[in-house]
Amino acid sequence: MQARTIRLRAGADLEGFRRAIRRLVAAGVTPEAVTWIAGEAASLFPEDDVGEPGPALALPRAVAALVPPVVLHRDPERYGLLHRLIWRVAQGERHLAEVASDPLVHRLALMRKAVGRDLHKMHAFLRFRRAGAGEAGRERFAAWFEPEHHILAEAAPFFAARFPSFDWSILTPDGSAHWDGNALCFGPPGRREDVPEHDSFEAGWTDYYSSTFNPARTNLAAMRAEMPKKYWHNMPETAAIPGLVREAGRRVGQMIERAPEAPVKRVPIRALAAMAAQEPDSLAALNAVIRASAPLVPGATQAVLGEGPPGAAIAFVGEQPGDQEDLQGRPFVGPAGQLLSRALREAGIDRDRAYLTNAVKHFKFEARGKRRIHQKPTAGEVAHYRWWLDRELAFVAPRLVVALGATAVLALSGRQVPITRARGPASFGEKPYRGFVTVHPSYLLRLPDDGRGEAYAAFVDDLRRAAALAADPLPA
Amino acid sequence: MDDALKKKLTILADAAKYDASCASSGAPKRKAEAGGLGSTTGAGICHAYTPDGRCVSLLKILLTNYCLFDCAYCVNRRSSNVRRAKFSVDEVVTLTVEFYKRNYIEGLFLSSGIIRSPDHTMEQLIRVAKTLRQRHGFRGYIHLKTIPEASPWLIEQAGLYADRLSINLELPTEASLERLAPEKDGAAIQTAMGQMGERILQAKEEKRRFAPAGQSTQVIVGADASTDESLIRTSARLYDHYGLKRIYYSAFSPIPDAASILPSKSPPLQREHRLYQADWLMRYYAFSPDDVAGATESGMLALDVDPKLAWALRNRDRFPVDVNRADREMLLRVPGLGVRAVDKIVAARRHATLRLDDVARLTSGLKRARPFLVAADHAPTRLTDRLDLRARLAEPPRQLSLF
Repeated sequence: MQARTIRLRAGADLEGFRRAIRRLVAAGVTPEAVTWIAGEAASLFPEDDVGEPGPALALPRAVAALVPPVVLHRDPERYGLLHRLIWRVAQGERHLAEVASDPLVHRLALMRKAVGRDLHKMHAFLRFRRAGAGEAGRERFAAWFEPEHHILAEAAPFFAARFPSFDWSILTPDGSAHWDGNALCFGPPGRREDVPEHDSFEAGWTDYYSSTFNPARTNLAAMRAEMPKKYWHNMPETAAIPGLVREAGRRVGQMIERAPEAPVKRVPIRALAAMAAQEPDSLAALNAVIRASAPLVPGATQAVLGEGPPGAAIAFVGEQPGDQEDLQGRPFVGPAGQLLSRALREAGIDRDRAYLTNAVKHFKFEARGKRRIHQKPTAGEVAHYRWWLDRELAFVAPRLVVALGATAVLALSGRQVPITRARGPASFGEKPYRGFVTVHPSYLLRLPDDGRGEAYAAFVDDLRRAAALAADPLPA
Repeated sequence: MDDALKKKLTILADAAKYDASCASSGAPKRKAEAGGLGSTTGAGICHAYTPDGRCVSLLKILLTNYCLFDCAYCVNRRSSNVRRAKFSVDEVVTLTVEFYKRNYIEGLFLSSGIIRSPDHTMEQLIRVAKTLRQRHGFRGYIHLKTIPEASPWLIEQAGLYADRLSINLELPTEASLERLAPEKDGAAIQTAMGQMGERILQAKEEKRRFAPAGQSTQVIVGADASTDESLIRTSARLYDHYGLKRIYYSAFSPIPDAASILPSKSPPLQREHRLYQADWLMRYYAFSPDDVAGATESGMLALDVDPKLAWALRNRDRFPVDVNRADREMLLRVPGLGVRAVDKIVAARRHATLRLDDVARLTSGLKRARPFLVAADHAPTRLTDRLDLRARLAEPPRQLSLF
């Protein structure tokens, strides 16, 4: 068969290779008959233009996946090796890429790995230096890097995703990449001198690098295996390495030989005693903590704290503050709260002498136009807030805690229980108070008119039973 | 960067370096939003390596090395005479952002000595993370050290801003903690781990962002008399109960101004290495804690052979294993074959019959694997019965002196 020469662009010419390989396979040209030339290298053979692409090749996925990274490799044989792989696959070895032990597949896998490693090292070892201000007062940074393979175009998007808010340029001997806040573009090779010589954070960074080194663990082979010397001259911190290594032995010797010294400072007895007293020691202290905490789900105006006299015989736990509660910063002041007040009155309970609070202290909602639609807290959110609820009830020390609805039951007992099953006197585990379960007043508001009267009466009835229980002294 | 800040950085990096954790992996893939800064790739990146061979991935510092606790193994214990310093929240934020912009780091690893109270300290740590996330739109990696003595709600708030949380167990037994770290409480540490494990799991189920890279811990090796077996059993329990992502083993290292209760000596690096290998066997090679224990000699892992080889030498009746036939589980037990090599073997042998040369292309551990393997052109000649097999496979004593 006639010898052919295929000339591709310098660097990584995936598109050219793809077009050529399709034609070659379609024409049945064996790998032995082809010489691949990338870029400017002179050729002794008559040259073949890449020309029109042949019909698309259906390659197994593992083979197709191997081509793009291998094309980035600097080895001049890369196209020829890929041709041999694709030729064998086309000749019937469909599973060839899965046979990692095959010498050709093994070699290509090593090339892919080398390219992957080079990419990873570029992402890791490239160092930016501040290069003044860019467009519209944006900060500007520049870096010089010498990749081993043709990876600049492959490596650059990582930096665009990571550093969108300042302008930057990456210069390499093969080409350059530039980001202006909107788009990534590629240009001609750069020079090391085009990058500023200094950066005001480099000395601090080198100090950090030196301080984080532990001389007692010196292991130069491990360092060099992961950070080969060829990268060092573009990494400012590596200038500290010779000194660190030279001093390591002496520093360790000193640490080992030096006799322990007596502490110069006295034991801070008062600070230690104060440290032990960090727990909030009153309801007010606890409330201060709650008030200062950010909502678990952002959006709430403020934390809504419990309300009522400490020592109240009966405490009511709802779900979470609603729209009105969130704005006013008080529990049970919205429509459901008003319904609760009415029911309490009818059951003979003085709202001002009861303690009212919620399992979750912040309003969670979904904004729909101007309206804020209440969203049920998840079990995880309820669990986050239960610490506060537990401490709060410990300070109030009621005889009876009434859970209004399923969320309150979950918060108090840690278990999901359907209200219909649990309604009435209940135990929330080992607690110093009795428990009682009923519906949440908002449930009543959601019922159709014809069922509401009956349900409301049952609710008031529950409250009466609860009041009777709360009046009963706890067994000793 | 001014000199005062540089000096603080030097002190507070030096004070933080005894924490072995360095990973920046496990966070979901994220990109910076317009005007923001930072991304995570999922896999983590090591931006430099120091001459101890360890990677520099995160800016690993303490907020302060003033500390009220007096843990004997710790360079920052209150009775130590080391130089002290304290960063402000803004200083840490600035350092993180400026280092990050220059591509020095993947993010921040922040820990602290206990000042005023565990709650106060925890609040400060959270403020740093919150400021980075909210004021700078920082999407890079944040690892926060959790103070187990802090109130549970604070521990849980940390998870809103951090990718990874960690609570250091430090010492594997209650008795050692009592002796060496009087202010610490083993039960509190485990309660906090349990609490965090629960929250992380629950958030994952509810698809909420909460410490997406999970939690890890560190155990110091060689500061007390715990055996490798007890360490490995403790680890197995922690992985099991609290869903830890990683356990770091940190060879107790001489520190400046050491406490008299713990004499200074070279760190047991080889022992630490073997513990990591044993840990890997449990996590990726389906070894049970009993398997690992079976590879020890009165509770200690051998230093001259790796634990998998030690196990194989004790269980020679299970070998040799046919590389062309054996199931994956058994191939994973062959010394010198890693998970990736085994997976390649399993894929390749569907289409080809493997010879020894083929296996050699798939692993760098053929010397160790050879006596335990049968290939198309290779059958070990009773090698597994040889008395000197261990000596032939043992590594020469590792160079533990410095140079």
